[in-house]
Order: sequence, then structure tokens, then C-alpha cells
Amino acid sequence: MLQRLRENKSMQGTLLALPTTLWLFVLLIIPLFLTLVVSFGQRSPDGDVIYSFGLHNYIRLFGYSTDCANGQASCFDPLYVNILSRSLSLAFNTTVIVIMMAYPLAYFIARSNPNRRNMFLFMVLIPLWTNFVIRVYAWMMLLRKEGAINIILGWLASGFNVIFAPLAGWFPEMAGVFHINFVPLELLYTPGAVLVGMVYEFLPFMILPIYTSLEKIDNSLYEAAADLGANAFRTFLRVTLPLSMPGVVAGTILVFIPVMGTFIVSDILGGRQVILVGNLIQRQFLDARDPTFGSAASLILMVMTLIVTYFYTRKFGFGEEIIAA
Amino acid sequence: MNPHRRSPWVIAAATFVYFFLYAPIVVLILYSFNASRANVKFEGFISSFSDRVEMDGSYVVASPCGPFHWYCDLSKNDDVMEAAGNTLTIAVTATLAATTIGTMAALALQRYDFKIKPFSQLSLYIPIVIPEIVMGIGILTLFSQAFGWLNEALNLVGDARLALGIGTVTVSHIAFMVPFVTLVVQARLQGFDKSYEEAAMDLGANEWTTFWRVTFPMILPGVLSGALLAFTLSLDDFVITFFTNGPGSTTLPIYVYGLLRRIITPQVNALSTVWILTVFIAVMLLQWLQSREQKPAHS
Amino acid sequence: MTSEFAVELRDVVKRFITPEGNELNAVDHVTMQIKNGEFFSMLGSSGCGKTTSLRMIAGFEWPTEGEVFIEGKPMGHTPPFQRKVNTVFQSYALFQHMTVYQNIAFGLEMEGAKEDEIKKRVGRALEMVQLTGMERRRPKQLSGGQQQRVAVARALVKTPDVLLLDEPLGALDLKLRKEMQLELKALQQQLGITFIYVTHDQEEALTMSDRIAVMSKGRVQQLATPVEIYERPVNKFVADFIGESNFLDGKIKSISKDEAVVHVPALNAELKGMPMSNNFVNGEEVAISIRPEKVRIVEHGTKGDGLFKAKVLTSVYIGSDTHVYVDLEGIRLKVMEQNRISRLDPSSFYSKDQVVTLLFMPENTLVLKKD
Repeated sequence: MLQRLRENKSMQGTLLALPTTLWLFVLLIIPLFLTLVVSFGQRSPDGDVIYSFGLHNYIRLFGYSTDCANGQASCFDPLYVNILSRSLSLAFNTTVIVIMMAYPLAYFIARSNPNRRNMFLFMVLIPLWTNFVIRVYAWMMLLRKEGAINIILGWLASGFNVIFAPLAGWFPEMAGVFHINFVPLELLYTPGAVLVGMVYEFLPFMILPIYTSLEKIDNSLYEAAADLGANAFRTFLRVTLPLSMPGVVAGTILVFIPVMGTFIVSDILGGRQVILVGNLIQRQFLDARDPTFGSAASLILMVMTLIVTYFYTRKFGFGEEIIAA
Repeated sequence: MNPHRRSPWVIAAATFVYFFLYAPIVVLILYSFNASRANVKFEGFISSFSDRVEMDGSYVVASPCGPFHWYCDLSKNDDVMEAAGNTLTIAVTATLAATTIGTMAALALQRYDFKIKPFSQLSLYIPIVIPEIVMGIGILTLFSQAFGWLNEALNLVGDARLALGIGTVTVSHIAFMVPFVTLVVQARLQGFDKSYEEAAMDLGANEWTTFWRVTFPMILPGVLSGALLAFTLSLDDFVITFFTNGPGSTTLPIYVYGLLRRIITPQVNALSTVWILTVFIAVMLLQWLQSREQKPAHS
Repeated sequence: MTSEFAVELRDVVKRFITPEGNELNAVDHVTMQIKNGEFFSMLGSSGCGKTTSLRMIAGFEWPTEGEVFIEGKPMGHTPPFQRKVNTVFQSYALFQHMTVYQNIAFGLEMEGAKEDEIKKRVGRALEMVQLTGMERRRPKQLSGGQQQRVAVARALVKTPDVLLLDEPLGALDLKLRKEMQLELKALQQQLGITFIYVTHDQEEALTMSDRIAVMSKGRVQQLATPVEIYERPVNKFVADFIGESNFLDGKIKSISKDEAVVHVPALNAELKGMPMSNNFVNGEEVAISIRPEKVRIVEHGTKGDGLFKAKVLTSVYIGSDTHVYVDLEGIRLKVMEQNRISRLDPSSFYSKDQVVTLLFMPENTLVLKKD
């Protein structure tokens, strides 16, 4: 029997891959399929699933509502569409900002002294290894009315006041200009707070792939460009940037997809004010207890993410630098 | 052109980003010494030592541990200890399982053609391109529906009832860790020269011996990388754990999240600081070990 | 337990499916018999099937058709670890995570030998390849030549009946390669075991082998001793592959056992030559091969058969030889002359456009099948 196995290479492969494939089939494929099935169902009175077939959940997601203001039978309720578009735009904005912040740092590390490079990379990795939840909490502390940011702004304001106090004295009519009445800013529980939180969470995921692809650029390419007459700016535009694109692409995928689905950042930093798709889904499964609606939302989220990723990778390729570790 | 050329803009931007990355963490650590229990404003360090904790309203005046008051507080917190224990148990178990089956799968995908290969590859690819929450609620749905049905069908009651707990969390962790392990090991397997294995068999070793004496030691660095990655993913995981845990299976991230929605004392900061330090030390240890391993062995 | 032959391949075929989906016979109905104690080489360029054949002897591949015999026993699907042959790999395949000692001891461990015996045998193996004292080094710390010797020692320590060598000297520089060629040959003669050697370097094969199998496109073109292969190639491929040849096209005018008379249209003349095949027919189109060193430049006015006048195109001085390229009725031929006399006197050179008389001798004019 062993000899038969020895001769059958295909069987060997199947056996080796079987545990993983089975595991994923049960815990990934079946759940996805089940989510689809449940999304067509109806909510039972105690929050469970009644298996049936109907598109009501999807219709509801895209705005069809029977609970209308002026007694109409049906109307368009943009609530859920807004949530979806808000998530999309947040993911997009986050990605753009992250790229703008990550690129200079990645460039800096890639062009730094090779001896120091590991240390610089290390410094990027440490926040990454700090737990996700803790990092969000840290921003919560910073952004509160009594948090560090407001404190610093307050100091700046009083500093300003102190410096310009004499001027306020000499020109009493213009006292308003020379004196700031600082009121602590409501930074927390705003869309801005959520954006900052998302950027903070996912910044390292963009730094590493961009660094990897920049680091691969041979120094002789820069020398060749200079030899052929390109100045620093044009070298960057025509040589460095295009060659670093795989890293940017990989990083985008590592940022965009999670941002679409994260609910914890908006939960803690956005409070009840900022609701993203993730929060919507989370609540359907825990608070409002309509798993059918939540499943539908989850599927829509997955489809949206896959569509964006598909078109993106078709245009830009699928940066192989995904494995940065 | 100087390859280490640094324009002032780049340096300024880099400094800013580093500052951005670390400022919140520094503040976090600072507040773990906050004398104010309410932890709203930083009221200064706890300066006095005393036998018992003395409070003035929400202000800790003196403590047996001095400035480290909240750390001592933390050590007496049984819930945290339990959560930490759970986190480790789940991470270790899941890592062992995921690394084993992931390495096997990597070997299969890299070296063989077999009928279910496209399906295996697709399954491994999916968890990377879908948001974690989609997988999380999918698994939750599976468990809740399956357990509900099984409990009824087999008439299970009380403690025998199937429910969410450490088991479900561990099993789910393995599922989302496996693609990463497989990916890492597969990357290392590329370019692995088969002639080493042929040489071993030529010298008299059968397939089993060849694997353990020759193949495995040579792919070990890759396997360890994969295992480390898996371990980190499990320790840190929030979303999947959030949807698959039950009473008694709280992990540290879940615990912290729970605290954040209730009362926030500097104890949370102390916990965070301890976590950061542990990770830091562990990584330094790994770096040190790695650099030792890379020194050539001289006879 | 011994048979007449150390290794035998009987009508062996190895078929692969190419990425485009076509069938390809990497080894195409190969039959060879390798004698005990001989140094046997398989010679050919990449893709000729020599390595695949070797791997089927070792057991890394199984024949699609036909059978491999070792010591008279059919091997069927026997795995490599059950065959009493050992291989020296092209890339050496030394276990990087083991020391030299552990590498060599590995095969003995697999046999279940005891510690003391292993120590003894490993010591002897290292002596045999002149690497005593290197036991605790790791492969990474060795030079290419040293690694190659460890690979040989590792295979030989198991005292196999047959040693298979897959282009073992390919990665070494020229001087080292030549040294190792001599050492390997000496080793084989000292041990008396059968060596089966795969190479694309014809000089290597000619120098070291007792017999050579010249292979191309999965088939054995000729299997003979080095001298036979060089002096009596059986077809145009072998004549062209081994050494250098001048080729002329012709038609058989008459044929007997030892002599063929061929009409060469380009020269409008007849040449007498040696037939290299048994089944020529009158009127058949053939190829004539004459090696450069076999073409003689003789004095004008010499009488006899096989003499032709040609014009010198260019003459290249190599030191020990002179290569003269001539134009014979529009055909470019190469002639090689040893410089038996010193060429210091410029008038002893062949100058451009000089007319010379060439002599083709029948026993060196080979008549080959055109393939």
C-alpha cells in the first residue's frame, strides 16, 4: 500500500493538502455560503433565523423603506446607502493619507545607512506589534476634551496670550485679535477622529511594503539616471516612483480591505456618531439581533471589497511584496 | 549621486511620521502612572509610599507600590490573569495546529499537482482578500446555527450544551492563521533544491527519514517564521475572537475592549504598558537569537 | 548474484508531457549494457537524454517503457534507497545543516552501521579524497573543489556496486577540472567499481572513459570506445559532435565491404573512402567526413588518387598547430597541420590566395549515412 502511495504523486499532494483544505472548507467556505443563505431569510421573533427566500434585506440595504415620513407606502431611505458610501470614502481617504505619510518614511529608511536600517524598521514595527485595541485607546486619550492634544493647544493659546498681552493692553479696541479664548475642541466622536484612528492603525502596513520595493532598487539605477542627465526630482518621478509601485499596490490592499471592515475604531473613537458598515454588521448580530440583515450587509461589504480589489489589481498588478515579515 | 542622500524634506517628513507613531504610545505609558483614578487629566505621579492605599476623592495620594500603584493593582486583577491565560493557551494551541497543517499544505502546493489544488489555493487566498468581519460573522452564524441544531437533535442540556468558548475561538483562529503560514512557508520553499532530498534517498533514507533529517531542518527557518507570524496574529486578534468567544474564553484584547466601554482607570494603561514591554522584550530576544544563529560555525 | 553486466537498459523509454500538452520522449528506446568495472560515459548536449537515463538507473525516475537492470535484477519501481547504486550530484547536494563528517556518515547511518565502524569508514573515505581533517567543517566553508570531493566521498563510503556521476565537474574552473578528471579516473581504477559518468564535455569523456555512449534526442547514436568513436563515427551527428569534421555531399557510385566509391558533384570527381554503415545502396546520397588533421597538404606535382588543388583563404597560427582554411571549388575546408618545423621563417607560412595541393586518404575519408 505504501508502494502505491509512493507511485501516486497526485495522491500524496492531496493527502498533504487535505487537512488545511478541509479546515478552510468548514470554517470559511461553508460560513460564507451559510451567510448567503441566511441573508435571504427572515428574522424570527427571538432573533433567530427563519430560512426562506426573499430579497427584502438587500432591498432594504439599498434604500427601500416602508416606514415613510408622509404616509407613503414606500420611499427611499438613504440610511444604509450612506453607511456604505461613508465606509468607501473613509477607506479611500485613509488609504490616500496613509500613502502620503508612509512614502516619505519608507523612502527615508530605504535610503538610509544600511547599518541603521534595521533599527529604523524596528521602530516602525513596534507600534504594529502593540495591540490594535490599545492603539485605538491611546488615541482616545489624546483626543478627549481633557486629552493631551487639547492640553497642548491650550498651552499654545495661553502662550500666545502672554506674548501678545502688551499689545492687547495698548490697543484695547483690538483686544479680540490678541487674545484667544481657548475652548477645548471636541475632537473625539467625530468623523475626523475616526479618520485619524484609521490612519494610525494602518500606517505601518503601508510603510513596510513600500520600503521593501524601494529597497530593491539597485543604486546603479540612480547613478545611471544621473549620468543621463536627470535631476533629483525627475529621477524620483521617472525611476523611483514607478519601481516602487508594487509596494504601493500591496500596501493599498493591506490597508483598504481592513478599513472597509473595521468597526472597533469607529466604535471607540466615533461613538454613536460615526457608523460604518462594520458597526452596522456588528450591531445586527449583537444589539438589534437581526442576523439575516447583518448577513446581507456582510455580503454586500465583501462584494464591494472584492470589486474594488479586482479593478485595482487589474490596473496596477498584485504587488508581490505582501509578505513583508 | 550619493545613495544616502537625504533631502531635508524627507527627513522632516520622516521625523513627523515617527513622532505621529510614537506620541500616542508615550502618552499612554505616561498616564499609567497617573495619580488620578478617573484618568481624565494627568494629575501627577504618585510620590509617596505607604502601607495602604490612601485616596483623596479620585486622587491616589500614597500607595504601597508608589508610582507603580496601578501595576500592582493590575497584578491583583484575576480577570486580567484569566484573560492573559486564555490568550496564551489559544495562541499556542492554534499556532501548533496551524503551523503543522499549513506547512503540509505549502509542501503540497509547491511540489505536487493534484485534483483539488485549485480549490485549495482559492480557499487559502480568500481570507486575505475579505475583511475579517465577514469571516467572523460567517463563523458565528455557522456555530450558532450548528450548535442550536445539534443541541436540539442530541438533546444536550446544561454543561453538555455546545456553546461558544475557547474551543470555538481556537478553531477559528487556526482557520484565519493557516493562509498566512502557508504563504510564508511556500515562499521559502520556492527555489528549494530537490537534489538534497534525492541525495538522501540515494544514500538509503526512505521518504519519512528524508523529510525529518534533511527537508525539515532546511525549511525550518521558514516554518518558524510562519509560526511566529501565526502566533502574533492570534495574540492580537480582536475581530474573529469577538464573534466566536463566550463566557470564560475572554482574551486580552476583548478584555481591554470591554474595559474601554466601562470604567477606564490607569490600570488599563498599566496593562497596555506591560503588553508593549513584553512584545518589545520578546522581539529583542528574537533579534538577538537570530544574529547568533547567523554567525558561521567554526570548528 | 553477479551478472554479466553491472547495469543494463533494455529498450527504455521515458515519456513526458510538455507544458503545451505534447508528448516528448526524453529517452527514446535506449538499450545499453554497461560492464562491471568499466568507466562508462554518456555524452551529449542538453536535452539528449543522458541525465534522464542516469536518473532512471538511480531510481529518481521510473521508465515509461522498458526495464532497468542492476546486477541482472530488474528494478521496476524500486525506490532509490533500495538500490545498491550511489550518485554524485551536479550541485553536490551536500546537506548544509550537517558537517562534512555527518554528511559522509549519513549513508552509513541509514545502513544501521555502528558508531566505531562509521568513524573508521568515514576516515578512510576522507583519506581517499584527500580531505582528512575537514570532518567538522560545514559545506559553506569549503571551496568548490573540496565540496565536490566530499560529495564523492559521501557516495563512495557506502561501497556501491555502481557509482553514478552527473556532470560532477561542471562548476569547477578549468585547471581544477583537469586535476579532478585525473583523480576520478585514478580512483575508479584503484577501486575497480563501475563508474557511469554523464557529461557534455567531449574532451572529458574521451580522456576518462573506457567506453562512451554518444546520445542525441533521447537516442544512443553510437556506443564504443573513445578511439572508435573518434576515428570511426557511424553517422553524421557523431562525426560532427565529436572533434571537428569537414563535410562533403556525395552519391554512392559503387560499394563493397571495405571501400566505397563516391561521386562528389561539387568537385566533379570521385573519392574513395571507408563505409561506416552496412547498408549503403548504389546511388544513395551520403555525407563524407574528413577530419582537419587527416587532410594533408602535399607538394605540387605529387602523383596519385585523391589529390585536389585548393586556394588558401586564411591561415591561423595556434602555436603547436596551424589551422589553414582553404577554398576547394567553392567549399570551405579546414586543414590542421602540426608545426613540426618552426614557423619563424615567414615564407613557411601559407599566405592568402596561395594554391596548395590537398591529399585525401581513403582510410581517413569516412562515408556516412545522411540523417
